Amino acid sequence: MSTLTALARAQAAATGHAQPIATVRHLHLHDHPMVLIPLAMAGEANAPLAALAGTDPEKPRLLVVTNPRNRDDRFAFAAELAEVLVPYAESFTTDTEAVPVDRGKDVRHRYTDAPQIWVPNPGGVDFLRLFGRSTRFRSVDGDNPVPPAVPLLGRWLTFFAATAEVPGSSLLLTAVQALGLHWATGQSSAEDAQLGAQLAWIEEGAAAAREAEKGPVAGPATDPDFDNRVLAPLFERGDPALPEVLRELLTPTWDRMWRVFGRLRDLPVGDRVASRWDSDRDAFTAFAQTLAEGGPPQPRRDGAVAAAARLQRLENAASRYSVQRAFDDPLVLAEYRLAGAAFAGVVTLAAPDRIDDSGRRPVLRPRIMVQTAEEVRVEPGTSLTSPARPSQKARVVSVTRVPGGYDVLLELSGGMGRKLVAEPGSVPAAGERLMLTTLSEAYRPGGAFPDPTETPWTHGGPPEPYVPPEILSVEADQQ
Amino acid sequence: METRLDQLRGPARAKRHNARTIAALTGNPGCDRRAVLDAAGVDKLKLAERIGFPGEFGQSRFALSRGNAFEAMLKADDCELLRSVLQADAGLGYSDLGADSDDTLSSRHRRTVALLASARAALIDHPLLTLEVAGQTVYLEPDLIAYANRGRLQVVEIKSFAIVDGQAESAKVSAAAVQAAVYVLALRDLLERLGQDPSLVSHEVVLVCPENFSLRPAAVVLDIRKQLSTLRRQLSRLASVGELAAALPDGVTFDLTLEPEQLTGALGHIAARYAPECLSACELSVYCRDESSGSTAALGRSVRESLGGIETVGEVLALADGSREPTEEQSEAAALLRTALRLRSEALS
Repeated sequence: MSTLTALARAQAAATGHAQPIATVRHLHLHDHPMVLIPLAMAGEANAPLAALAGTDPEKPRLLVVTNPRNRDDRFAFAAELAEVLVPYAESFTTDTEAVPVDRGKDVRHRYTDAPQIWVPNPGGVDFLRLFGRSTRFRSVDGDNPVPPAVPLLGRWLTFFAATAEVPGSSLLLTAVQALGLHWATGQSSAEDAQLGAQLAWIEEGAAAAREAEKGPVAGPATDPDFDNRVLAPLFERGDPALPEVLRELLTPTWDRMWRVFGRLRDLPVGDRVASRWDSDRDAFTAFAQTLAEGGPPQPRRDGAVAAAARLQRLENAASRYSVQRAFDDPLVLAEYRLAGAAFAGVVTLAAPDRIDDSGRRPVLRPRIMVQTAEEVRVEPGTSLTSPARPSQKARVVSVTRVPGGYDVLLELSGGMGRKLVAEPGSVPAAGERLMLTTLSEAYRPGGAFPDPTETPWTHGGPPEPYVPPEILSVEADQQ
Repeated sequence: METRLDQLRGPARAKRHNARTIAALTGNPGCDRRAVLDAAGVDKLKLAERIGFPGEFGQSRFALSRGNAFEAMLKADDCELLRSVLQADAGLGYSDLGADSDDTLSSRHRRTVALLASARAALIDHPLLTLEVAGQTVYLEPDLIAYANRGRLQVVEIKSFAIVDGQAESAKVSAAAVQAAVYVLALRDLLERLGQDPSLVSHEVVLVCPENFSLRPAAVVLDIRKQLSTLRRQLSRLASVGELAAALPDGVTFDLTLEPEQLTGALGHIAARYAPECLSACELSVYCRDESSGSTAALGRSVRESLGGIETVGEVLALADGSREPTEEQSEAAALLRTALRLRSEALS
């Protein structure tokens, strides 16, 4: 945890109220998100018990498994969840837009919008991932047929759960993490995992949070005491009151989810959030196309090449996300200033027309002097960027200690137009306050990977081709 | 010594240690309160209820019954399925030392010793082991099967969490690994006392879990050398409970028939070391959390470290706004906190 966030937690503990740790919203919040609150049956391997789902805060749809140990009941639940989720996801596969690729030489199409699903906590994402795993390979015919919607649901769930691992993706989000990204409470992060308590810190304060701790859980695990006292007798009697009891249990969390959206909407959205949503729409478009073309379900485990490529995508997304958050939000950038990876200063001198003619042809290389009172921990030769001019590079020429701080001499390149005279405003003028950081949004080229069929033997050789479920021996269900 | 600990507990029956409580104890070795209460066998759950800070440490009936069903399935027909998943000989002997009451503990332990000493090839269920914990010899409520094979002993743990595509919930696997380490350590102690080579007990333990979404069992081998060395180090760090108990003023007791105020007064004599991780591991944690409110430790270890290890929230904020002069060793942390506060205020203004 950064010292700034830790300090915010200390402030929250002292005041009894959560403290902001972001000045803008760092995630895309959909106009029509779907909320999904899954509940699992204790002890079973990812057996669903119930879910509350929907896109209308007034009309949650309750799904209940009256006998969670019964295989058919479980798949009936999956089919019902598919009725809710799949049409929602597919409703975004209508309008497309053209996106230029290869420097405008070609175009590709992507959907203008994409679905967004919210679960209360990371446990919810894990549940959906495993539920996707347990449904996507099911066969719709043969000895143990399942309803046709079930394997389709499994593939969508697997897709969503995989995107949730991508830093900065907003296709499947958790309320707990979204709140934790923007507010620090005065309790530990372990206690923040409980949505009720965390939201109460933000809405009301410490006392309300302690009270909310005793309230109903946000799933997917149920409270053992609830299992023993309420649920077990209901099951034993086959009591028709079961759905209403579960609805009552889930409703407080349902209401909280929509209140979380209200809180998040109050924050202005970060400048670079839209570009990350573009990437999400790309991923959604690609997956919807794979489905439409009849591609196979996602494998149980990635092959070596796919895993390496995925790891690199995740690393790139993580670094892009952290840089973009810092550029969008001075409070996040402050963490880098504290760590010495960024500093703020005032331009004291500027030579905007400076030409470097030592090379074969003259190039525009303005120089500016920035004075700062902050600790500067960069070496000459380092490239810095200013969030205000992300496409411009500032190379450190020298760092000189002066009374009350440092003078940093910088040479600028890029982002000033193509002429030998800088475009107006593209070079910081004397007197301008400037933020400079070693973080950079620069494009990072991907690595070269072999074709999966060329996987070397050191990495297990080429992956085995997909075997459709008809020929696959049916995974025995014991119950 | 024994009597002092008995006094601490009062007339109630002693709670026995099991691998889980030892794992929890070594998870927070600096907590004297837990070490003393556990050594005295105080029922912390009841104690917490009595002083008005109940925690939730129940287990769901559904989870229990599935766990039991899985175990029963493995052990049915004279452990046929268990043998096959362990790839053991069909002729391998099985003996269950069973559960029993407090007064027969030592005889059950003697039977365990006798069986293990002579075992060449057998499955020995519910062996009762002992372990030295904080200067005390404690009986371990066993939940393992010792698998003797060609003169080697292996710990087999049956767990009911699922392994899906070769992966299981990491928290559950690591908890199982620490528990297995407790058993391995206790078995090695036993062999050593018998004058045999302790390294006959394998550091590779077998975890038997349901595979994917069925009840079909799968056996996986865990190498627990790392957990073993951590456990050994932390057991050696546990201060001698005898000294701690002896240092308590006369008359301090956790007799549950006492008034709550008297009990909290008694708790005040033994220092706790609260961390948020306690909430999932210790029955008394809600009380300790309340007691430590205002400390940076209550916000979590990483928060406390990021705040330069300063003890209390009040001190942190006073150092940050400069209203308090830092001591020599706080000066570096104070400078960081002052900068942090300035940057935060600037960004939020």
